[in-house]
Amino acid sequence: MPFLTIVYALLFYVATALLVVGLASKIRQYAKTPAPLKIPTTPAPVTRTGVVMRMFRELVFFESLFKSNKWIWIFGWMFHYGMFLVLARHLRYFTDPVWTWVDLIQPFGMYAAFAMSAGLLGLWARRILVDRVRYISALSDHLMLALLFAIAGTGLMMDYVTHTDIVAVKAFFRGLMVFSWQPLPQDPVLLIHLALVAILMIIFPISKLLHAPGVFFSPTRNQVDNPREKRHLSAWAAELEK
Amino acid sequence: MADFEVPELKEYPVIPHIQEGTMAHSKPFVAKEQFQEPLGFPGELVDNWQQVAYDKMEELTGKYRSLAVFLDSCVKCGACTDKCHYYLGTSDPKNMPVARQDLFRKVYRRKFTFAGKYFPKLVGAVDLTKDVLDDWYSYFHQCSQCRRCSVFCPYGIDTAEISMAAREVMDSIGVGQKYCNEIIAKVYKIGNNLGLPQPALVDTLEGLEEDIEDDTGVKVRLPVDEKGADILVVTPSADFFAEPHVDGLMGYAKVFHEAGVSWTLSSHASEAANFGMFIGSYENMRKVSLRIREAALDLGVKRIIFGECGHAWRVAYSFLNTLAGPFDFLDPKYPVPMHIMEFTYDLIQRGALTLDKSANDDMVLTYHDSCNVARASRMGPKPGGQFILPREVIKASCNHFYDMPQDTIHEATYCCGGGGGLLTDDLMELRVKGALPRMEALKYVVEKHGVTHMAAICAICKSQFAKVMPYYGFQMDSIVSVHQLVSNAIVLGNKQ
Ligand code: HEM
Ligand code: SF4
Ligand code: SF4
Repeated sequence: MPFLTIVYALLFYVATALLVVGLASKIRQYAKTPAPLKIPTTPAPVTRTGVVMRMFRELVFFESLFKSNKWIWIFGWMFHYGMFLVLARHLRYFTDPVWTWVDLIQPFGMYAAFAMSAGLLGLWARRILVDRVRYISALSDHLMLALLFAIAGTGLMMDYVTHTDIVAVKAFFRGLMVFSWQPLPQDPVLLIHLALVAILMIIFPISKLLHAPGVFFSPTRNQVDNPREKRHLSAWAAELEK
Repeated sequence: MADFEVPELKEYPVIPHIQEGTMAHSKPFVAKEQFQEPLGFPGELVDNWQQVAYDKMEELTGKYRSLAVFLDSCVKCGACTDKCHYYLGTSDPKNMPVARQDLFRKVYRRKFTFAGKYFPKLVGAVDLTKDVLDDWYSYFHQCSQCRRCSVFCPYGIDTAEISMAAREVMDSIGVGQKYCNEIIAKVYKIGNNLGLPQPALVDTLEGLEEDIEDDTGVKVRLPVDEKGADILVVTPSADFFAEPHVDGLMGYAKVFHEAGVSWTLSSHASEAANFGMFIGSYENMRKVSLRIREAALDLGVKRIIFGECGHAWRVAYSFLNTLAGPFDFLDPKYPVPMHIMEFTYDLIQRGALTLDKSANDDMVLTYHDSCNVARASRMGPKPGGQFILPREVIKASCNHFYDMPQDTIHEATYCCGGGGGLLTDDLMELRVKGALPRMEALKYVVEKHGVTHMAAICAICKSQFAKVMPYYGFQMDSIVSVHQLVSNAIVLGNKQ
């Protein structure tokens, strides 16, 4: 077994464990922390169904962002939905036989990678060029964009410049899933791509990428506007009434 | 007139470039011991203040999901950076909502996150030093908790929540703000923000009854502490004497008179505003709210109606049931509490009021949506009723009404610049500059439609505008109460 295969196999086990455990504990924390007061940003839906629709529009269309800034919206949407398609396309490395819908989106996945990269560059340009956004950016904000762009870039390189043995890559990942390790091709671009992905997985639960679970727990978006109809009382607030 | 530069009203709103530190000097007076202690806060900076502050931060992130989620979730996308009226009016980058949050977030990161503990430089994490605390005191008192940023953030991050938490942390280490804390102490002692005792209140109301009778020849009552009345009316204490608030109060009285209902004010709960919210203190907010419950029980009323006040309506609409409920002893036919606008609107819909619109023909009106009514409450059964009801009441009371530009009204409304516990003379520069976006929008309709007056339904908005409009060349009496318009137009004695 080549040394690098062992390193990468271990790396992905560790990264997956950290991602899953880290995210689970954050989600648990958010779910367990009470929201003692009704604070939906109004006008807000007055029914649960309405809230589900509001969240749906936020997730799928980035509704608030659309109202707020068309440039961030267009770049952000290209990046996220590009990335979403690219990720979906990657399922072919984990499924056998490949699911039909994953097969069907393969051609779109290529455009998606370009959309994702263009979106990232647009966001990065704003971060550098707009004085307000530059002011609020820490080094980590730039590095996050660099990381994602590098992942997309190395991925695209393998599509267009230095092809790699994707059958072997698939065998490696399928092997990881059943604890039967297969050799990983030793192409530098692939190795960089995978290392960066592992880094992304590791930092996910300890960085601003927590916005992904966070958006579901935001009380200003997910609460029903019915404080007069239904009394809302958290456990610690109920203690005060004793 | 001012020892600072009043911003110029531009033809089209422009987003300013950042100018660091322009408002670093702006700080409200610090509360002395006598205003801290009645609220349960230490009288001066405690010795181990840093540790106490960290402990409080940990406690609050465990008690408020909003805080926990908002501190982790911001991606620094920048969508909120041009949404705060204080940034637009001052160009100080720390008045950009995300930068304001970051003052808190960078300490949170340092103490409570992996990245901040081990790589502070990378994520911009810092300890809570004296300098950082000074920045907190300055900039968390440059947020009117208006929630405009929350509307535009992709995750609904509400800087108001963070400002409230920061103020609570500061209170807990003995660094409170005089204006808010003095007022809350007054409510505990006397029952209202102004410290107006019961006899003075009775006197004032008698005076108003006489004014109405002189003016209209009709005896309209303004009862206080009347046991057995059907409706308890809770209104901001500014309604008892300040202009144009008091004209609004006379308006409510005439509406109740025409509706033929029995109502009363209470000297125990003679204040609708709840400054406990401004300082983020659940306990104090609850204590102030309970006075309303006590008054309702004591007077044996069947309903509670709130007068024109913005942040008060937020606490009343969104929190009262939580803080001081359940209100199962009141008549279940009516929402608890109701807004005076809901009451008047309903009468108008049923044709139960006779309104002579021409009584307001000397005015061309526009309407200022108060921030906390717009973005933190509702009126009527449907979402957005808080925009419709006041406008319908205005339109039923006057002939000339024009809205300001779309991106400055409804949920996108700009704060008056004086909300959230900032309506104090020691913050005058901030208040004037923060009013800029609203003044620009007003100028637009003044020039386009000849608007002469702006109506509002918030005590803070009314006081703030009366004070800052002259800086921008508008008359101080061009701000009016919505129920003042009703009061002018209502034809008394018509529907007996
Ligand atoms: C529930 C799923 C998600 C939603 C609703 C969501 C939404 C958003 C929105 C609205 C923005 C602000 C606009 C922008 O800058 O693009 C944003 C920013 C960002 N998102 Fe997500 N996101 C999600 C998941 C993810 C995931 C899985 C990643 C990365 C693996 C990610 C990475 C980023 C990054 C890096 C930014 C900041 C971009 C910048 O620097 O300007 N997001 N997200
Ligand atoms: S809009 Fe929201 S996520 Fe974007 S920078 Fe502002 S607070 Fe952060
Ligand atoms: S709540 Fe209002 S005042 Fe405070 S940061 Fe947001 S927009 Fe500015």
